[in-house]
Amino acid sequence: MTPLIYCYDGSFEGFLCCVFESYAKHEVLTAIVSDEDFEPTLYDTRYIQTVQEHANRVYRKVFALSQDAGQILRRGFLTCLPQREMHLYQMIRTLLRDGPGFLRSMTDPTLYPIIKAIRAMNGEAHLLKGFVRFSDLNGVLGSEIEPKNRVLPLLRSHFCSRYYNETFFIYDRTYREVLFYSSGKSAITPLEQFEMAKPDTQEAAYRLLWKRFYDTIAIKERENPRCRMTQMPKRFWNTMTEFQGASWFIPQTAFEAEAIPYAPDGISAPETPEAPAPSAPV
Amino acid sequence: MDLLEKLTVLTDAAKYDAACTSSGARRGSKQGYIGNTSSSLAGCCHTFSADGRCVTLLKVLMTNRCVFDCKYCVNRRSNETTRAMFSPEELADLTIQFYRRNYIEGLFLSSGVYRSPDYTTELMIRTLRLLREQYRFNGYIHAKTIPGTAPELVEQLGLLADRLSVNIELPSEAGLKLLAPDKTKQAILTPMRQIDTATQQNKEELVKYRHTPRFAPAGQSTQLIVGATQDSDFHILRLTQGLYDKYRLKRVFYSAYVPVVEHALLPAKDVKPPLLREHRLYQADWLLRFYGFRAEELLDEQNSDFNPLVDPKCSWALAHLDFFPVEVNTADYEALLRVPGIGVTSAKRILAARRIGPLHADDLKKLGVVMKRAQYFLTASHRTIPGLRFTPDSLLQNLIAAERSSLPHPQFQQLSLFDHAV
Repeated sequence: MTPLIYCYDGSFEGFLCCVFESYAKHEVLTAIVSDEDFEPTLYDTRYIQTVQEHANRVYRKVFALSQDAGQILRRGFLTCLPQREMHLYQMIRTLLRDGPGFLRSMTDPTLYPIIKAIRAMNGEAHLLKGFVRFSDLNGVLGSEIEPKNRVLPLLRSHFCSRYYNETFFIYDRTYREVLFYSSGKSAITPLEQFEMAKPDTQEAAYRLLWKRFYDTIAIKERENPRCRMTQMPKRFWNTMTEFQGASWFIPQTAFEAEAIPYAPDGISAPETPEAPAPSAPV
Repeated sequence: MDLLEKLTVLTDAAKYDAACTSSGARRGSKQGYIGNTSSSLAGCCHTFSADGRCVTLLKVLMTNRCVFDCKYCVNRRSNETTRAMFSPEELADLTIQFYRRNYIEGLFLSSGVYRSPDYTTELMIRTLRLLREQYRFNGYIHAKTIPGTAPELVEQLGLLADRLSVNIELPSEAGLKLLAPDKTKQAILTPMRQIDTATQQNKEELVKYRHTPRFAPAGQSTQLIVGATQDSDFHILRLTQGLYDKYRLKRVFYSAYVPVVEHALLPAKDVKPPLLREHRLYQADWLLRFYGFRAEELLDEQNSDFNPLVDPKCSWALAHLDFFPVEVNTADYEALLRVPGIGVTSAKRILAARRIGPLHADDLKKLGVVMKRAQYFLTASHRTIPGLRFTPDSLLQNLIAAERSSLPHPQFQQLSLFDHAV
């Protein structure tokens, strides 16, 4: 049997079509890559067209065998697990061959890496529910995040319900997509370039109030930077208001850069360096 | 005084309160209202301060002016410090603006006793009413009940807030008399009992009438200061257990006493806050609430303080070696929970996983069991962990070594060659 690689368009439906194709042609795959990550190799490579009907058939079959498997498939596709397509493909093969029994055993070698990645992603999404920082840009709330996993679909229901009467967006620097919400409707769309607008006077004032609160609330005698880093890893800091440099707190209208007043007796939060150019997902 | 300065003063005065949770109230969003409460079981942390504590609520005092003179407190009458006071409008606006930016989950409102307990509570009620009714704030509110407040006001407060708390602070009546002469045990326990009764009544009413306004849906909590008085861990833990049993408290918080003032009756100002002791008490508190332990199992009159070197569960296991090893494939849930290194989540996972087939030692790590502790206390398919050798004596050493890396390092003293020569 010659090694074979499928290349697809990067969408969930596209991935399901790869599964469909491998069963239709009785081919066993070595790898499934999205066209963004594709690098020419000596192996046989075939590009798989996305056909909605094929995708639906695969998903319906998986869902009919086990609703949990459907959920794992959808969630697993959002994780940053290396070669997640192959892991999920193996899971579908096992599911079709042996039935859904193995899904109940978390120690199963095909399932364990996927479950572990999903758990990590859920954890990241949970943390981000708290760590996302919005800025009021003329009545629209805007924020940026830089997650490891593709968490926007997981954050959607939380923020849409919380800011029910607001208009807001969250930009994902890692996957370059944006979640929009306005009057009961939300959408996730790709967006290549994004730069946050400068704050107006009022926004800058609230940012400063928050930083002041943050710097004051810590008890000096109990200072414990390691504990803070365990609970809130540094990779989240660069999008959080309290760790921004002085320029973050100066309104657009101010011409001169003034030093921001620091909390007299507080512990000032360390500033995070400017984020490097957003890296492409790996 | 501008808002920034006020916020600084009133945050600084509120920071010694340990409670900061947003769990327990589940309220979806409503048309025309701002926000909801966290649907997660554990609440939602919005940031962690430099001391590693979770910040979920805007924790401030209404005012730090106080007529009481509790010796341990920074806000006491006789302390010379900057005093400030929020107006209800300022505080409500600040809460809403922070909430919209996802800085916080809601408001934690406490206060010094300004004029009288009733007057202060009325001020707090005005703020909360403004938030709930004018701004239509639907997020989380934690309000502090001031000892000595009239029951009518406590009831109003409970209808506006999600969680109420009355701080006991000093774990014994003797300590209270000595250090907080304006407070009495009775004044603290009366509102606590009232909140408990009201919550139970409210539950019954909710069964009959679906739209009954909810009274403190996230229950009540309290705080005990550790290290300001001579009370032992056993005393504190038994008090905690009593509070959970009799008053159905959701949480008891412990706050390691930070010496903020110089006083003959208090630890000196250069004494470090007993953080490790506080940590051990929290560990024991979890054992009470989720693991089915009783205070009397963990400590007794002879051993009235926790061993600083190993956690309370390991201590218990070392004293009850005849209970072990536990066979993971057959032991019931309660027995699994007694094994150090197995928690609620991993115990449930073990129950689910062993229905498929027998579990082996290498499966356990995948299920989330902390093997560096658990390995000494369990067998999988009637086999101990391959290659593991220990005696009861080396066991303690191994357990201490397993935890040491996660604890703060003790302060070592520099040895000097010449100390004895002089």
